[in-house]
Amino acid sequence: MLLYTVRRLLLAAPLLIGITFVAFVVIHLAPGDPTALQQSDPEGRWSSQTIKMLNEMYGLDQPLPVQYWRWLTRLVRLDFGRSFSQDGRPVLQKIRERLPITLLLNLIEMIIILALAIPIGVLSATRQYSVFDKITTVFVFAGFATPDFWLAQLVMLLFSVGLGWLPLSGLRDVNAEYFSYWRQQWDFASHLILPIGVVVFGGLAGFSRYMRQSMLEVVRQDYVQSARAKGLAEKVVIGKHALRNALMPVVTILGLSLPGLVGGSVIIEWIFAIPGMGQLMVQAAFERDYPVLMGNLVIVATLTLLANLASDIAYGVVDPRIRLGGRRMRRGGCEGLPGRVRQESPRRDRRVHRARARRHRRAGARARPWKPRSS
Amino acid sequence: MTRALALAALLLACSACTRDVDSATEANARGSTGHPVDGDTFIRPLIGNISGLIPNITSDANSHEVGGLLYNGLVTFDRDQRPIGDLAESWQQSGDCRQLTFKLRHGVQWHDGHPFTADDVAFTYRTMIDPKTPTAYKDDFEAIERLETPDPYTVRITYAQPHARSLMSWGMEILPRHLLEPWVRKGKLREAPQNWNQPVGTGPYKLSQMWPGEKLVLVANTDYFEGPPHLSRVVFRVIPSQATVFLELKAKGLDSAPLSGGLTALQYARQTDYPAFRKDYHKYRYPSNSYTYLGFNLKNPLFADRRVRQAIALAIDKKALIEGVVLGLAREATGPYKPGSWQYNASVTTYPFDQARARALLAEAGWKETNADGVLVRDGKPFAFELLTNQGNDERKKIAEIVQASLREVGIAVEIRVIEWASLLKEYIKKRHFDADILGWNIAPDPDQFPIWHSSRMGPDDLNTVSYANPEVDALLERGRQTCVQAERKRYYDRFQEILAEDQPYVFLYFRDALPVVSSRVRGVLPGSAGIDYNFHDWWVPRSEQRYTSE
Repeated sequence: MLLYTVRRLLLAAPLLIGITFVAFVVIHLAPGDPTALQQSDPEGRWSSQTIKMLNEMYGLDQPLPVQYWRWLTRLVRLDFGRSFSQDGRPVLQKIRERLPITLLLNLIEMIIILALAIPIGVLSATRQYSVFDKITTVFVFAGFATPDFWLAQLVMLLFSVGLGWLPLSGLRDVNAEYFSYWRQQWDFASHLILPIGVVVFGGLAGFSRYMRQSMLEVVRQDYVQSARAKGLAEKVVIGKHALRNALMPVVTILGLSLPGLVGGSVIIEWIFAIPGMGQLMVQAAFERDYPVLMGNLVIVATLTLLANLASDIAYGVVDPRIRLGGRRMRRGGCEGLPGRVRQESPRRDRRVHRARARRHRRAGARARPWKPRSS
Repeated sequence: MTRALALAALLLACSACTRDVDSATEANARGSTGHPVDGDTFIRPLIGNISGLIPNITSDANSHEVGGLLYNGLVTFDRDQRPIGDLAESWQQSGDCRQLTFKLRHGVQWHDGHPFTADDVAFTYRTMIDPKTPTAYKDDFEAIERLETPDPYTVRITYAQPHARSLMSWGMEILPRHLLEPWVRKGKLREAPQNWNQPVGTGPYKLSQMWPGEKLVLVANTDYFEGPPHLSRVVFRVIPSQATVFLELKAKGLDSAPLSGGLTALQYARQTDYPAFRKDYHKYRYPSNSYTYLGFNLKNPLFADRRVRQAIALAIDKKALIEGVVLGLAREATGPYKPGSWQYNASVTTYPFDQARARALLAEAGWKETNADGVLVRDGKPFAFELLTNQGNDERKKIAEIVQASLREVGIAVEIRVIEWASLLKEYIKKRHFDADILGWNIAPDPDQFPIWHSSRMGPDDLNTVSYANPEVDALLERGRQTCVQAERKRYYDRFQEILAEDQPYVFLYFRDALPVVSSRVRGVLPGSAGIDYNFHDWWVPRSEQRYTSE
């Protein structure tokens, strides 16, 4: 397992460089240039010397390969460069300011979504076509179909303007610095309730439908029947034998949605005035702030690669066969049967799970992946 | 003559505010008679994050809105946009407009206690002309031949040539030499901590806290040379969504809409007209300093004939357009100057809606036949063009649609393209790859329009994007920027407006009204042609109505 992890990590480095190169080229090919945008203030009168000076300062006068090489050599020293926007601050500092709140929001959202979606999925699978199943189906699909900017404004109107129960936007009260410690904590938490609520409502559908689908399939398996035949309590059959197996596809999706944790939801941040990654990136894209865009890209690409690896490892945790498979592989190597045993690799197993998940999309109970973030 | 005009401007501005908000003027009348007291917090929205707190090297409105409270220039502008002393006590301008001598205030201190002297003025000048300083405002300072400081409270400036904008340009924020000199020398002024969270100015407020992207907290500068401002704390909250700003106003989480632009026309006219809102806020309305135009690429043979451009102006019903796009909350533009300002010429040729005359003018220009689609044809080519505007501005998109429909009636086919701002600038406007566009300009108090209309400013980085060239206009613009005698300048700019109105290189559409709202507990708000926040440090809240009293 350790060897496998190390090998995967080593392979990731050239992959990462490839990703950054493609992204660098694409970003620079997009029309518009950073210095032109800074001139768009009509009362300002940039002289062509100043524009030339800015281009030199940013290194934009160099050919693209040179620019990329400079960027890459700085990157290996973990220097992400300075933003092209007029504050000229280090990219890393800008990201560090924005990342914690986005990470916090996304983590809480993910945990709540999982905590709600898994029971909903299990219950509607075990009580298929019951009233509960029908109600939750309508509910989660309503959440899936509601545009979050619209829902956000509705809840703001209701809970903040109308009832006055919760703060409307931002992260802290304007007078928060005068509050006591605990009041500050509550103030901060209360600001998060509405945005988290809106995202959770929209995100429930994906996981709960996935869970339901996967569960439906598992409870029809022979080993579940034999567990029942053994006389085990239904609680144990479902909660222990069936659930663990049904969780496999969910783990796949979860792994794939990990990189999404650092990318803020632009619309939610926009409406609730939350200074997170989404806002930073949209502004950087509009301003053609290449260093900030690339900095974010490196972080997301790294996380995607790590998440892929992590979800492979997580299979081993959830599914003992894969762990055994790994051991057998080593033993099998000694016995001179490498070709056949290599098929038991976790990667193959993940493929199988994904394929199974795909096959399971049936009429009326279509499994949906993690709801894509609007951006 | 000038005074009469300025007075007329004032009357116009005031009739505008009284007509719309009786309660506001009433409150202001109360405000001016009551006795100002200190205290309370004022919460203002910013529509985007600031990019820096040294206004000399930033060019976004958000940074300037905050920076304006932290720094002073040598001069500032009063309600009617006339220059008055700020850090300068008085000034003298020589008859030939080449020499300007400022007497500085005594006893002014930087926020860190360091005394302010003529040295700082000289340093600011050196900073502005330093080739390593990334600033958009070099022009006026490069016109200076010599700057001397005979004593710590006198600055004598000599211009190489008479420079009309000389006095106005000293509204530029003065920077502290004792802190910034090493940064300027290294060419790294942007990286100075004073540009981020430790700004040091002479202004009425000091920065107390900064939460990047979230809020900035300013506190009153108790040592301010005009006495501390009455509102003891100002919080700028970064709220990018206009819808959220509006909801925050309803929930009383903000004390004003953005003071530069205010509400949208729809919010102002339709969504704020209920008793609770009227009780909590005063609405104001006055013409803003920005106009919207339909510009023609004069390099395009379609628009080379002046009669065609005039015909297009005639074919557009500006009144209906203003009604449709901003619910009538704008003033028709006849040229690049705001109606009511001293430089505005009210007697230029106008183009009242008249499609029959438009058709006749087009026929004169050779567009007589129409094809099967009803589009005018000349030499086998239909009269069709693309109209560009930028994404994210609903007003402009609506204008484009109205223009399209109006021109269709006289036989001109228009295709609208809405393009993201950065691409529009780089790929279309800068390269002159466009037929016509709908864009806007902000205008400064000074009438100098040299960079926009002079024929020498047609390069790719320049602002004469429609490639307008008229020798008479060139001469007028040159003369206009070389004298500081207002009556003389008025003559040049009057003629300049007449020519523009004849030539119609733009169809000047409208000056949008600024529609700010301010909490009704605040007194001393007196909007004028200078806007609303020019006297922010005089605003105050009566003790009984103060909302945030925690100190």
